[in-house]
Amino acid sequence: MPKEMLKGNVAIAEAALRAGLQAYFGYPITPQTELLEHLSRRMVELGRAFVQAESEVAAINMVYGAACAGVRVMTSSSSPGISLMQEGLSYIAGSDIPCVVVDIMRGGPGLGNILPSQGDYYQVTRSAGHGDYHPIVLAPASVQEAIDFTTLAFDLAEKYRHLVIVAADGQIGQMMEPAELPAMQELRKERPAWALTGADGRAPNVITSIYLKGEEMEAYNQRIQTRLAEIKANEKRWVEHRTEDARLLVVGFGTSGRIAYTAVEAAREKGLLVGLLRPQTLYPFPDEALDKLADRVAGILVVEMNAGQMLDDVRLAVGGKVPVSFYGRMGGMVPMPDDILQAIEDVYAQQVEKQAATV
Amino acid sequence: MARGTIHIDQDRCKGCTLCTTVCPQNILVMDEDKLNAKGYHPALLQDPQQECTGCAICAVICPDVCITVFREIPVRASAVATG
Amino acid sequence: MALSEIKAPEGMQVVYQYPESLTEVPTHYCPGCTHGIAHRLVAEALDELGLRERAILVASVGCSVFSYKYFNMDSCEAAHGRAPAMATGIKRASPENIVLTYQGDGDLASIGTAEIIHTASRGEPITTIFINNAIYGMTGGQMAPTSLPGQKTTSSPFGRNVELAGYPIRMSELLAQLDGAAYVVRRSLHNVREVRKAKKAILTAFKVQMEGLGFSMVELLSSCPTNWGITPEDSLKWIEDNMVPYYPPGDYKVTDAVKALI
Repeated sequence: MPKEMLKGNVAIAEAALRAGLQAYFGYPITPQTELLEHLSRRMVELGRAFVQAESEVAAINMVYGAACAGVRVMTSSSSPGISLMQEGLSYIAGSDIPCVVVDIMRGGPGLGNILPSQGDYYQVTRSAGHGDYHPIVLAPASVQEAIDFTTLAFDLAEKYRHLVIVAADGQIGQMMEPAELPAMQELRKERPAWALTGADGRAPNVITSIYLKGEEMEAYNQRIQTRLAEIKANEKRWVEHRTEDARLLVVGFGTSGRIAYTAVEAAREKGLLVGLLRPQTLYPFPDEALDKLADRVAGILVVEMNAGQMLDDVRLAVGGKVPVSFYGRMGGMVPMPDDILQAIEDVYAQQVEKQAATV
Repeated sequence: MARGTIHIDQDRCKGCTLCTTVCPQNILVMDEDKLNAKGYHPALLQDPQQECTGCAICAVICPDVCITVFREIPVRASAVATG
Repeated sequence: MALSEIKAPEGMQVVYQYPESLTEVPTHYCPGCTHGIAHRLVAEALDELGLRERAILVASVGCSVFSYKYFNMDSCEAAHGRAPAMATGIKRASPENIVLTYQGDGDLASIGTAEIIHTASRGEPITTIFINNAIYGMTGGQMAPTSLPGQKTTSSPFGRNVELAGYPIRMSELLAQLDGAAYVVRRSLHNVREVRKAKKAILTAFKVQMEGLGFSMVELLSSCPTNWGITPEDSLKWIEDNMVPYYPPGDYKVTDAVKALI
């Protein structure tokens, strides 16, 4: 397919449509509303289900329903709306139901602002709701990745019967870049065997997240844990850039990872041996890759648009082998490449050169 | 009929034109020659014949509370009170 | 010069002046937006009843999200749709305060339907000012629960299709059925006569709260020139031609105790 100038939100919406999205339920909230608006036209044009729900709480429960009926379904929102959806997400996670949720993150906490942020990292990777589970979380850093990860999200959701969150900051949602959309997939005609379609000639399917007996609830949770182990074994995705000889490793995801790339290139121009690891899956986190790199580098600098959330996962992954520093902006502020470059230079001087001097 | 006049805060005015549509005397216009700091043509009282009665209908419709309305202090009020 | 300091010319007296219950911060509302008129009427009513110092505003999420910048009183920001719940909390904590919510149609009639119904049903003696302009303004013109059949919006690009999106909700009629609601009326802001009637209703609503008679709400048919895509003048006409027939102005709930007040 040819490349077109696409706005992130519109690209995600159209990619979902082409991946065979059969139902969309959402609510307006900046900075993702264009996704809803695009689908309000396209879903109706194609005779598929679209409802602008009365709230995010209603929307996620409509998603839960459609998912139980076995169709490819999605919702999208932004930070305060994702908070509203948490109960519904927990129900979905507690029912082995596949579903895709898009979080276009904005400044917070509270009503916050409509600027881009990565402040939902803890929320979406830990569980995005109460209980013991983790959604699969995909973090695009470009409009093309947003398209690719949306398609991937549906496949992973169904492969594992699991909740998948595409977590992009508001900049990805709002910006326009040349990107390629996939071809339109045919709508699936069959519904999965576990879905609620009417117990015609078969035993009834019951979908619930209630297990009153402790032993049963624990057994159910064990199945989730087993599935998470499988997901961790197979679905970690990340990108490395110039890490082969790096002495300082920069780690960033989404927009901060992308800006860090520019800063890393600038640092290399100055002769600093810097590399970048950009996680593409926030869950499962590419911990082994980080652990391996921790054997070779003298220090790590984590860059985020929050107060330091992925920072915790990086620290857990490297287990204290090397010092981990942090550069972050909060409240919707987006770092400039020069800001990150300055942080790189400071940390490099502290960690790499100091280490070299003591050898 | 008592005479009146108004003061329009032209910096607050957003050029919405609603006052010009309700004035019973038709003496409110948009000042096409002027742009305020916000880039709007503000409303302007054009009352050479002193036809404004201070009815305040313009102030009732103004969404930006730009208009202060004045009216002549009635001279005959004391005569009426004692009548 | 402060608007409150403008002096009358020689031989004249002030007939209308900027209300004390409004700050002088210029609003961010679009030219011709009737939020401005509604804010002014609420402020005038609070001034006339001497309520400013006792008043507490619960701002909501919509174009009026910054209403706390424009009202000269204690205020707080509620989450989308939750203003009546927040108002309940404040009023229960401080019954002597005059508590008001100021909400749009997305806030009150979409995400906040549970909160407004239960606040009215409990008969919370708070006052709700409900701005109905048949569209979502702040987020750029999406369909609202109050959007009319056939109305084109950014999320009903082919016109509101009642088969897919259902019918608009008449909130005043709905809330009037609740025993806890003491005064629920709808007025319009589409011309000077209607604006004057709206002012009277807002005064009554606050008096209902002052007397502790129950929940009061004034629904105001309002305009959104920007997202309707027409001029301010044409917007007032649009209200008259399209909204008034679907949402008739009138008194939907007036208890006997309130009648005695009016």
